[in-house]
Amino acid sequence: MRHTISVLVENEFGVLSRVSGLFSGRGFNIESLCVAETMDPKVSRMTLVTSGNDQIVEQILKQLNKLVPVLKVIDFTGVDTVDRELVLVKVNADGEGKPEVLRLVDIFRARIVDVAPRCYTIEMTGGEGKVQAFLQMLRPLGIREIVRTGKIAIARGM
Amino acid sequence: MQMTGAEIFVKALADLGVDVVFGYPGGAILHVYDALFKNMKVRHMLCRHEQGAVHMADGYARASGRTGVCLVTSGPGATNTVTGLATAYMDSIPVVVFTGQVPTLLIGNDAFQEADIVGISRPCTKHNYLVKETKDLARIVKEAFYIASTGRPGPVLVDIPKDVLTGSARYDLPKEVSLRGYHPNYEGHPRQVESAIRMLLSRERPVVYAGGGVILSNSSAELAELSRVLSLPVTTTLMGMGAFPGSDPLSLGMLGMHGTYAANMAISNSDVILAVGARFDDRVTGKVSEFAPHAKIIHIDIDPTSIQKNVPVDIPIVGDLKDVLRKMIKLVKGKKEAAAYRGKTAAWRGQIASWAKTHPLTYKPSKGKIKPQYVVEQVYKLTKGKAIIATEVGQNQMWAAQFYTYEQPRTFLSSGGLGTMGYGLPAAIGAQVAMPGRLVVDIAGDGSIQMNIQELATAVQYRIPVKVVILNNGTLGMVRQWQELFFEGKYSQTCLPRIPDFVKLAEAYGAKGFRAEKTEQVPEVLRKGFAAEGPVLIDVTVDPGELVYPMVPAGASLTEMLLV
Repeated sequence: MRHTISVLVENEFGVLSRVSGLFSGRGFNIESLCVAETMDPKVSRMTLVTSGNDQIVEQILKQLNKLVPVLKVIDFTGVDTVDRELVLVKVNADGEGKPEVLRLVDIFRARIVDVAPRCYTIEMTGGEGKVQAFLQMLRPLGIREIVRTGKIAIARGM
Repeated sequence: MQMTGAEIFVKALADLGVDVVFGYPGGAILHVYDALFKNMKVRHMLCRHEQGAVHMADGYARASGRTGVCLVTSGPGATNTVTGLATAYMDSIPVVVFTGQVPTLLIGNDAFQEADIVGISRPCTKHNYLVKETKDLARIVKEAFYIASTGRPGPVLVDIPKDVLTGSARYDLPKEVSLRGYHPNYEGHPRQVESAIRMLLSRERPVVYAGGGVILSNSSAELAELSRVLSLPVTTTLMGMGAFPGSDPLSLGMLGMHGTYAANMAISNSDVILAVGARFDDRVTGKVSEFAPHAKIIHIDIDPTSIQKNVPVDIPIVGDLKDVLRKMIKLVKGKKEAAAYRGKTAAWRGQIASWAKTHPLTYKPSKGKIKPQYVVEQVYKLTKGKAIIATEVGQNQMWAAQFYTYEQPRTFLSSGGLGTMGYGLPAAIGAQVAMPGRLVVDIAGDGSIQMNIQELATAVQYRIPVKVVILNNGTLGMVRQWQELFFEGKYSQTCLPRIPDFVKLAEAYGAKGFRAEKTEQVPEVLRKGFAAEGPVLIDVTVDPGELVYPMVPAGASLTEMLLV
């Protein structure tokens, strides 16, 4: 099962490699990983998506907690969250495809952020399902390149 | 007052009570050596290889319970410590290794004797540091000792660039360590402890499975008390040898791959296992899916990651063993439930006793070739079980665990997790430095001893009277054993053709050498060797055909033991 895990860490030298090294050294999966500073510049937040059975995920959470610069580990499974991913897509936009691209951009509330003679660059944010659906719709039109941030998440309420 | 980084460093060691440092100098760390030269409080012992230095710090720590300290230079000095760090990490030994580093501005430049030791050692240390500014040095030294010795202990590495050592700052050693991401939990949850006792008392076939954590947490007395109050049979892991008195009627000896028949049968037939400071390592469980099929498992450990890692646990308790065992004792001591429980479990103890009686640890004595087990028995007899025994790795290690009875914690020093050949001699030296009044014996093989034989020079230089007993079978015995049992006797690259002459080698180093080639010579040669002053190497020619039994083949269940 897939889990989205939020890890608060000391914003210090080498902490990213401690976390990524833990995953590679123990054979855990990382599907995506996002890191940036929080409100407190001394603290960074890593949001990572991983998968494994209950026993593996329990180990992942415990092993993360064991790292000295890790301050807090939150597994968002079963927690009501808002989660988003930012995607930049370069898609063919010539001939008959062009209006279709514009329609899809409109339907998915995406934005065209760069225009070239035969190609648009589109910026889109959304939850996992929306991103998948958008990319699936664009695919027949000819996607040239995709850049994704990986998922970030925040708990709802409070 | 402003001081240089090197002076701050040495003063911090002295203020933290460090009495001895095992090390090896070099360019990047020279300023520390200069400061050490003027310091009277911290003794430095010059090793002959940085790996030896870490194992000495490790042996010092295991024998004394204090944190071992190692000091080396950058680059190759630092990379040579990696095996020692990994050894200490696997066995949770408190060691702090300080490495010199090239100046901050040169880091990343492939400078002379530069290695990214923080990167290299990350997976084999509990934590590590690169010191960036002189003003942080004292605090980081303090934190390093704190992290190494608290919670589940382990090695910590501190990498110090040369300019941090030459720069200056005020000496400011913090009184308290405050790390917001590091809070080991010492107190076992009272309700979990109660459920554990309830579960234990509700079953009929209990076994205590005790590991190195009992020794690390100094809770042997508590373990002994609990097991006596409830008459619980106790089996220990290799790391747990000495955690429970080996001669106690409740002791089953070691379990696992080369464990006793009684211990493996008891674990496999038990209906409840109380695991204390042990981690269900693959050498202990055998085939995990068939491990203790009828047993409920209560697992006490200070490290939450050890729990539920290899086997499903029914009652997990995270906490310091001493605290948890005391709470358990309080719940049962003097209670009528305890007496009733002792009665209810008597039949089970009878069953275990009969396993122990029908299949004791044994070997076939012979008049001709010297049996290695006999040598270990003689070492036991001669030392009356009171020596500190270090081992190398392989058959010598297993025989040392099987045929010497350990009564006290911190008397059996062995690389259990990593299985580091070459560990024994430097560890014995470190132990002897920590415990000058004790007899320290390294039970070695002719393969392993050669991996750090250079430390004999250290022992001679500082007159450290360790006694090395080489069970010399002219082969890499344990590997040969696997080749014999599982590779149709094709002894690929396991023959060591009697090189070197260990007696001459000992003499070349300025140590004393002795040799035994016949069974009847063994007691006398050991007696002479142990009585001789200074470091001694005793070369005993043993039967190369002898195998370690019982043996559970890798991947088999614990009940599938090959017996003598």
